[in-house]
Amino acid sequence: MSESAHASATHGQPGHGEGETRRDFLALAATAFAGAGAACALWPFIDSMNPAADTLALSTTDVDISPIAEGMRITVKWRGKPVFIDHRNKEQIDQARSVNLSELPDPAKDEDRAQKAEWLVMVGVCTHLGCIPNGQKQGEPRGDFGGWFCPCHGSHYDTSGRIRRGPAPRNLDVPPYKFTTDTTVSIG
Amino acid sequence: MSTSSNPATGAPKKNGIVEWIDYRLPIFTFMNHELREYPTPKNLNYWWNFGSLAGIVLVVMILSGIFLAMNYTAHVDHAFVSVERIMRDVNYGWLIRYIHMNGASMFFLVVYIHIFRGLYYGSYKPPRELLWWLGLVILILMMATAFLGYVLPWGQMSFWGATVITNLFSAIPLVGEPIVTWLWGGFSVDNPTLNRFFSLHYLLPFVIVGVVMLHLVALHTHGSNNPLGIDTKKNPKDSIPFHPYYTVKDMFGLGVFLVIYAAFVFFAPNFFGEPVNYVPANPLQTPSEIVPEWYLLPFYAILRSIPDKLAGVIAMFGAIFILFLLPWLDSSKVRSATFRPIYKQLFWIFLVDCIVLGWAGAQHPEGAPLLIGRLATAYYFLHFIVLLPLVSKFEKPRALPESISTPVLKTEKA
Ligand code: HEM
Ligand code: FES
Repeated sequence: MSESAHASATHGQPGHGEGETRRDFLALAATAFAGAGAACALWPFIDSMNPAADTLALSTTDVDISPIAEGMRITVKWRGKPVFIDHRNKEQIDQARSVNLSELPDPAKDEDRAQKAEWLVMVGVCTHLGCIPNGQKQGEPRGDFGGWFCPCHGSHYDTSGRIRRGPAPRNLDVPPYKFTTDTTVSIG
Repeated sequence: MSTSSNPATGAPKKNGIVEWIDYRLPIFTFMNHELREYPTPKNLNYWWNFGSLAGIVLVVMILSGIFLAMNYTAHVDHAFVSVERIMRDVNYGWLIRYIHMNGASMFFLVVYIHIFRGLYYGSYKPPRELLWWLGLVILILMMATAFLGYVLPWGQMSFWGATVITNLFSAIPLVGEPIVTWLWGGFSVDNPTLNRFFSLHYLLPFVIVGVVMLHLVALHTHGSNNPLGIDTKKNPKDSIPFHPYYTVKDMFGLGVFLVIYAAFVFFAPNFFGEPVNYVPANPLQTPSEIVPEWYLLPFYAILRSIPDKLAGVIAMFGAIFILFLLPWLDSSKVRSATFRPIYKQLFWIFLVDCIVLGWAGAQHPEGAPLLIGRLATAYYFLHFIVLLPLVSKFEKPRALPESISTPVLKTEKA
């Protein structure tokens, strides 16, 4: 029975060369169909490893900035990462704004990095390999540019959080944030 | 399985890399031998689909389980909530959990059909006794795995199921109580219990994979049994290569199976479940009724039908262990029930008996259901200890065909 079915499949179709039978077509089509189905079935499993709804819901943090005196820096947690909030003094702002942009590895104007000149809000994660730069606490090294210094591989950031020297490729990231009142900043 | 093959001979195409590897580590020869050429009786019916189905469900259980474990927390304060988070917040978490939950029921359904197939066609008889034993070991490991898994969501049924099942061991004289304390890691089912249950629930499926491998080695040593129950090695015309004949048939069966499985996952995901298990575990309040999952009900019925604690536990475990003795309790040389007029009837009565036990296990153990459960329990053991040995001695089997081809060739000539 199967002998004759095979014979007709091979010889019954003129114009098809050796090995190009209806059976081959069916096998290919079925395999492609099963493959596509398997790929679709895989997606829910892959997607389940993305942030879950409750994790995404954690993604705004409100901070009361009224207790932060001029010259003080604090760290808050946003999406599990440290966010630096720096209440800069006049000297630090002037320093950040007087730099010639051509001197910077990752040129950016301080005006574009701080919505209000005296408040600098940045993700406190070194853009090299993810360490937390020093400089938040009194007495910690702030590097050669008065901003932050990453102890892991020696990246120096300035008072605008821009990379000045060392292996980090980019300035410290500025997260999305807005001042919801004069004394509250909402990050995320 | 290599898909590139010479269409004329079915032999794998020569491929430099494949040959280089195969010369040093003959995995391609091995797979070709076991999954393509493997000579298979040409008369297998659809009851022979359930072995490969069980294997596929095992893979589905392990995959879905691994993804559940990424979001599950094995701590009494967080377990229930973490499962609810899987259901509500994790992307497609509901799907993965329903695949896992219903997969357990599908796994048992498939494996029970697989076992009854073996009972009908005498697949436990020489030379397949160890193959049968390995299958029973898989069944026991599956029951343990499913029980442990059922505890993890830490609902009311999880907690009280765990309490009741672990307390079975307290029936053991003298050392019973210390054993139960040891199982619990404390003085009741509590956080240490949940932690070790999760650890073991993760481990056992991989042990099952190992035993399945041995099961397959034993299978391929003497080849598959078949609906006629005769040896097919003698006549080369009785065998066909596994690929493409049975790969295609298995894939078709898989398609049908997946439709049924998906129907439960998407349209009746809690059909097999107990609503009380969506109530968080409360160690101070037992739910009004404790029932195990359906696949354990026959054994539960046997446990409850015996009024003595120790004897009940022995009978329950004995109901499984007696299956190990089956190759010797049934001494008939004829495998397939097709040629055993009396055994064939016993088979169907036994199947009904198991269903009755399952029904009895779900009822309140009093009045008529209790009596019916007791009778069914008695018959269960009567079947194995008395009826089978007698029937296999005195039954006169019908004449067996020489080979699978013989009856076919005869009709062709006629
Ligand atoms: C032989 C294969 C397996 C069987 C029969 C099985 C059975 C079960 C059962 C019956 C449940 C309870 C379902 C519920 O009511 O929610 C469960 C839960 C669970 N299983 Fe498995 N399982 C298997 C393999 C695995 C594997 C390999 C893992 C991986 C680590 C795993 C991880 C889990 C987790 C985390 C839960 C708790 C979440 C939940 O309840 O949905 N399982 N399992
Ligand atoms: S991680 Fe900061 S310098 Fe390498």
